[in-house]
Amino acid sequence: MRKRLLIVLLALGLASLAGLVAAQGGTVLLNAAGATFPTPIYSKWFDVYHSAHPNVQINYQSIGSGGGIRQLQAGTVDFGASDGPMSDEQLSQSKFKILHFPTVLGAVVPTYNIAGVSGELNFTQKALAGIYLGTITKWDDTEIAKPNAGVKLPNAEIVVIHRSEGSGTTYIWTDFLGKVSEEWKKKVGNAAASVNWPVGLGGKGNEGVTGLVKQTPNAIGYIELIYAVQNNIPYGKVQNAAGNFVKADLAGVTAAAAADAKNVPEDFRVSITNAPGPKVYPISSFTWLLIPAQIQDATKREAIKDFLKWMLTEGQKYNEGLTYAQLPKDLIAKEAKAISLIQ
Amino acid sequence: MSAAATTIAHEVPPQAGPRAFLRRLRSGDEIAHLITLTFAALILLITSMLLYELWVNSHLSRAKFGWLFFWTRVWDPNFDNFGAAPFIYGTLVTSAVALCLAVPLGLASAIFLSELAPRKVSDVISFLIDLLAAVPSVIYGLLGIFIVVPLMRTTIGPALIHTLGNVPYLGALFHGPNYGVGFLTAGIVLAIMVVPFIISVSREVLLTVPREQREAALAMGATRWESTWKVVVPWARTGIMGSVFLALARALGETMAVTMVIGNAPTIAASLLSPGDTIASIIASQFTEASGDLYLSSLIELGLVLFLITFILNGLARILIVATGRGGGRPA
Repeated sequence: MRKRLLIVLLALGLASLAGLVAAQGGTVLLNAAGATFPTPIYSKWFDVYHSAHPNVQINYQSIGSGGGIRQLQAGTVDFGASDGPMSDEQLSQSKFKILHFPTVLGAVVPTYNIAGVSGELNFTQKALAGIYLGTITKWDDTEIAKPNAGVKLPNAEIVVIHRSEGSGTTYIWTDFLGKVSEEWKKKVGNAAASVNWPVGLGGKGNEGVTGLVKQTPNAIGYIELIYAVQNNIPYGKVQNAAGNFVKADLAGVTAAAAADAKNVPEDFRVSITNAPGPKVYPISSFTWLLIPAQIQDATKREAIKDFLKWMLTEGQKYNEGLTYAQLPKDLIAKEAKAISLIQ
Repeated sequence: MSAAATTIAHEVPPQAGPRAFLRRLRSGDEIAHLITLTFAALILLITSMLLYELWVNSHLSRAKFGWLFFWTRVWDPNFDNFGAAPFIYGTLVTSAVALCLAVPLGLASAIFLSELAPRKVSDVISFLIDLLAAVPSVIYGLLGIFIVVPLMRTTIGPALIHTLGNVPYLGALFHGPNYGVGFLTAGIVLAIMVVPFIISVSREVLLTVPREQREAALAMGATRWESTWKVVVPWARTGIMGSVFLALARALGETMAVTMVIGNAPTIAASLLSPGDTIASIIASQFTEASGDLYLSSLIELGLVLFLITFILNGLARILIVATGRGGGRPA
């Protein structure tokens, strides 16, 4: 233990020395790690920000939300990123206070492969929960057939596909299912990056799920909206809290966030699945940057604060090009105020 | 003559002290000894450190589940309930399927290459096989996804269900829904991956069998096949077993290729067509996003279990080699 402490102290000494040298050279190097889902937009942001501010360089490693949280708590990175907000338990276990900053919005969509069905299917909330619970097993079940009048659904077993690895996509999907189904909540539990699936096969990554769905007749799976759009994968509409069937698009996702913006708590840890509103797409979520509330190194602190300000204004313009939804205006104002909490 | 003898005798007497040591050092023996000893010790050190780390970091899980960890069939990160049973089952079944397919195939190829094929053909093919052994496993996984999985779903799976599926007892292995992914698919992909190891090592071993052994057998009136099967193969048995266990080790620990084709559902089912999961595959899948301490600890304990399985199987292999070593074959 003492030896480890010594090593840490030595490393700190070296780091501060390096910091001194860097400060003289005027460059700030920030290390970050976490969620894989926002990696494309984060890479773009860090790159564009670096061109505008050549003295700030941010390294981002997309090792997954869980890894991001652990590395932040261990102090090996300057800030983290996660697709799900940290739980109260995780926050209380941290040695220092951690702030959440929503950055972009994403959505998860159901995709399927049924012989002879080419149009967009409408999925009720009950249908999706039933399919993933294993209580709805055939495609011509009335719960699926009812909102799809005119579509000839086969009397075939549904093959359920989910993600095999822990993932933010699964977090959003299970968060939604838990909100719309009591049975789901009781049997499978809270939103989580990986759960004990009642039925189905696991595919690795968005590409793995898509591959399995495409290959397997009568399969259904869930993938990120961005992945579906970029790869032209057809997906279904989902019934929202107002009862309307909505096809996921960027406007619908921002609408979900805007509908809930007033209810966003001070610490921004909020789930926006199944948000109220007629145009809202119900399976959407924020993704967060996790920033320590106290940053000792003044240059790093200022760099992070400046980046956050830039991300909320300039940065948001890059979202739609990469099929991420923009944050609603009210929320941006609220976040801008919260930046001053970093000290 | 005697003068020379005395001078030599004068030089040789062993004397302790730095001079003697230096002399021995100059001869290289001492250095070689030291270096090889260091490396051998290093391997021992790494293995024990690995075991130690796995043991210490799986503390939470061991304390909570104890021996139940081995029987529990649930893997539920949400309710903090973890068991290794489906993963142990999946690991053993996929590896067994892989060996059942790969050993006859690999051995037959090795015998052909070493005994029957012209030397030039044999060398070219061996070179290609060594190349296969170096292909990264993700490539085999892709091969699995794009070729083996569709073939299993549309052709092999239904064929098995309709033929072997009707045989009593054996039928239990081939029934139920056929998704194309599952134990059998993973086993087939693993077999493709490990066959090059078996062929490559077995061929080398078969080539070292002395020519006299073959000639003696032929002189006794044995046919070429009899000489190969009854004399050459038993002679090389230890080395062939070594190649099989090298293959088994790779099959047990394979991650990427398996996770891509096994279906990733922690189930214990008699049917080989059913989806499943293995230890290596779930560790790779869930380690990065494992957020809870107990969750992480359980994944590390799974690593410990895999270590244990490898250890036991290797031990059994040693016993098997020693046991079959008696009576016939290469003189010990």
